[in-house]
Amino acid sequence: MTVSVNPAQTGEPMFYLADEHPHPEGYSTSLGFWIYLMSDCLIFAMLFAAFGVLGGNYAAGPAPKDLFELPLVAVNTSMLLLSSITYGFAMLTMQQNKIAQTQMWLAITGLFGLAFIGIELSEFAHMIHEGATPQRSAFLSAFFTLVGTHGLHVSCGLIWLVTLMVQVWKFGLIEANRRRLMCLSMFWHFLDVVWIGVFTFVYLLGVLR
Amino acid sequence: MSPDLLKLIFGRLGLESLPLHEPIVVGTFAVVALGGATLLAGLTYFRLWGYLWREWFTTVDHKRIGIMYMILGIVMLLRGFADALMMRGQQMLAFNGSEGYLNAHHYDQVFTAHGVIMIFFVAMPLVTGLMNYVVPLQIGARDVSFPFLNNFSFWMTVGGAVLVMASLFIGEFARTGWLAYPPLSNIGYSPDVGVDYYIWALQVAGVGTTLSGINLICTIVKLRCPGMTMMKMPVFTWTSLCTNILIVASFPVLTVVLALLSLDRYVGTNFFTNDFGGSPMMYVNLIWIWGHPEVYILVLPAFGVFSEVTSTFSGKRLFGYTSMVYATVVITILSYLVWLHHFFTMGSGASVNSFFGITTMIISIPTGAKMFNWLFTMYRGRIRYELPMLWTIAFMLTFVLGGMTGVLLAVPPADFVLHNSLFLIAHFHNVIIGGVVFGAFAGINYWFPKAFGFKLDVFWGKLSFWFWVVGFYLAFMPLYVLGLMGVTRRLRVFDDPSLQIWFVIAAIGAFLVFLGILCMLMQFAVSFLKREQLKDVTGDPWDARTLEWATSSPPPDYNFAFTPVVHDNDAWWDMKKRGYQRPLTGFRPIHMPSSTGTGIILAGFATAMGFGLIWYIWWLAAGSFIAMLVVGIGHTFNYHRDFDIPAEDVIRTEDARTKLLAGAK
Repeated sequence: MTVSVNPAQTGEPMFYLADEHPHPEGYSTSLGFWIYLMSDCLIFAMLFAAFGVLGGNYAAGPAPKDLFELPLVAVNTSMLLLSSITYGFAMLTMQQNKIAQTQMWLAITGLFGLAFIGIELSEFAHMIHEGATPQRSAFLSAFFTLVGTHGLHVSCGLIWLVTLMVQVWKFGLIEANRRRLMCLSMFWHFLDVVWIGVFTFVYLLGVLR
Repeated sequence: MSPDLLKLIFGRLGLESLPLHEPIVVGTFAVVALGGATLLAGLTYFRLWGYLWREWFTTVDHKRIGIMYMILGIVMLLRGFADALMMRGQQMLAFNGSEGYLNAHHYDQVFTAHGVIMIFFVAMPLVTGLMNYVVPLQIGARDVSFPFLNNFSFWMTVGGAVLVMASLFIGEFARTGWLAYPPLSNIGYSPDVGVDYYIWALQVAGVGTTLSGINLICTIVKLRCPGMTMMKMPVFTWTSLCTNILIVASFPVLTVVLALLSLDRYVGTNFFTNDFGGSPMMYVNLIWIWGHPEVYILVLPAFGVFSEVTSTFSGKRLFGYTSMVYATVVITILSYLVWLHHFFTMGSGASVNSFFGITTMIISIPTGAKMFNWLFTMYRGRIRYELPMLWTIAFMLTFVLGGMTGVLLAVPPADFVLHNSLFLIAHFHNVIIGGVVFGAFAGINYWFPKAFGFKLDVFWGKLSFWFWVVGFYLAFMPLYVLGLMGVTRRLRVFDDPSLQIWFVIAAIGAFLVFLGILCMLMQFAVSFLKREQLKDVTGDPWDARTLEWATSSPPPDYNFAFTPVVHDNDAWWDMKKRGYQRPLTGFRPIHMPSSTGTGIILAGFATAMGFGLIWYIWWLAAGSFIAMLVVGIGHTFNYHRDFDIPAEDVIRTEDARTKLLAGAK
């Protein structure tokens, strides 16, 4: 607010705003959403820590080397990374007020996300089929929980994405919807960053050790 | 009906789940049911449901939500304290071959429920309630950043409390102690619903706490009135900011650790099991990474209350404002570096234990600085011994004692002797009662006239004060003695008859505290009856210093007709000193958030989902989850969440205050 609060400038001290404008809608939203993301980040931090502690406890069961197929994980990682790029395109077209193109890029983002979840689920199914269940060892408990929590987040993101597409379709790119798309954008990229951690610490280092 | 169908509908809930064989529980249930039925009948008879729903349950006004938090805290205090009296009674009697009156199954639930309720559903609501009520007023805001979220957070806290209360009559509560350490809390050793009640009560309430933390941080960072720079914020706002940062940075840890425990229990994973590579000690580490910041979450706002009270009732600016702020920030950071002192005996080795012992001792430095700041504020002040000030002085004496025993416990070799003894129990009650509870009572007595427009009765307040303080010392000093003699916590029966006298003294102390609580309830009732005599028309009954006293008591919905502009730490004091004239004209419409029932509905479904998960009623859990999604997403389709209070309404409210103020002179 551009109010002078220095009594030296105005002579008489001013103790209230005679001409006040309410805070614009969504004034605190981006800060609030950032803080929420940080608290979510802490959830992942704890799951990474649990994996760090338990990740080597195979209990005479399968180890990462026996389980992980890096080519498949690489494909999966590229799905998520590409979805971040397409979300970026959606935000760019949103800036230019192009509703149809925004919707298209959002839809493509959703498809990449869906592909990611599909590949992850088939990987899980394969592992469980081979007897590498979450119950088999502390390593597998920590693995399924960390990767599964990330997948759950992406799934929530997909539900959110569809909701926002409906809202953009019904109400257009109004200020509130732009703000919501911005929040989902932060959420989506955040999940991307977390996945890079998963890819590095769980899959790559897992196969190395 | 076939057993399979029954199982599908009711999960593992059956008639045998009701504790009909426990006469104490049945008696309690009868009393609660009777009282509850009377209350519901009364509300129906006086046609208050519509009023409650419109004006309170669906409100997004931070003031009303704050008051509801305080009511929740006080109601749950009665439950938690009933548990305390039962424990004191049991330990007083169970000597010389007597088994006391509580069997092991019941006693273990009582001490677990006592701890859980007192921390999560008494201390947290009281602290959150004060912050909710006071912070937006102190920073000259109209409401919090996310008013709907605030309502939702409150009802999630209530949902958790409802689950804990349900466990008393439907099934049982955990018998694990208040932090539910595995392997005891794992499915093998606790196969029944107790630990599941524990998990879901805390998860539901924890969501509310985390969201309310985010909300208040945003409020303090974004909604301060013009002129209020960070270093001009009232100390209570500062401590609230630090507390909410701690909440956001620690409650997710609790969420994760409880989620992992539930995976172990529901899915059969091996995070905290003894075999297949699980690590029970990881649970203990993780839960204390949340648990230690939690104690500062509770006590920092209390420190804020004492700062406001000391400076107001000494008639002086707070001594060492800057050092007070830095001390608060340092405590916030250090609170993350001490968690291991809760289990020095784990065997981490001398180096690790030394590190955590030293960091723990370092915390006493900023805390000591605060103590001196309060003392120097009082020094040469014109002290008025009103009720808030009495609680503050009792705090200063009591908390220093608790702090010293804390530093003693921080010495690892001493802790090896005192770990899990009654000395520890005495220590943490010493700081939590002496700090948090006394702080909450100081805050209640201080801000009550602001919230309701009349002061609290002094006679019953003083009676309550003396019963509490004397009762506290009688109840807990014997526990220090017993702890030094080697008595461990959570014992149900005793062999050594020479110990009995100490437990008798402690029970007498607990009874005095009980009288203190009764006097406090009496104080509320008497004050309500005498509200005309005790009326505060000025809005500033204590001649106080911060912005919340600049508006009327109780404040209008919009808090301030015009957003204040601040030039000094003690903004209201500065305004009074410089001849501030309350504006009488030029009122405008005020933009405010609208009420919504979504919060209470969502929290209701969350609670139902918790109940379904506890009893393996899968259709209820899944159905409630889907309902939450539908209601939650449906809510986002409502884009019109605000309205304007018309200028005429503002004028009418402000004119009424003008008349009231003129009458006061």
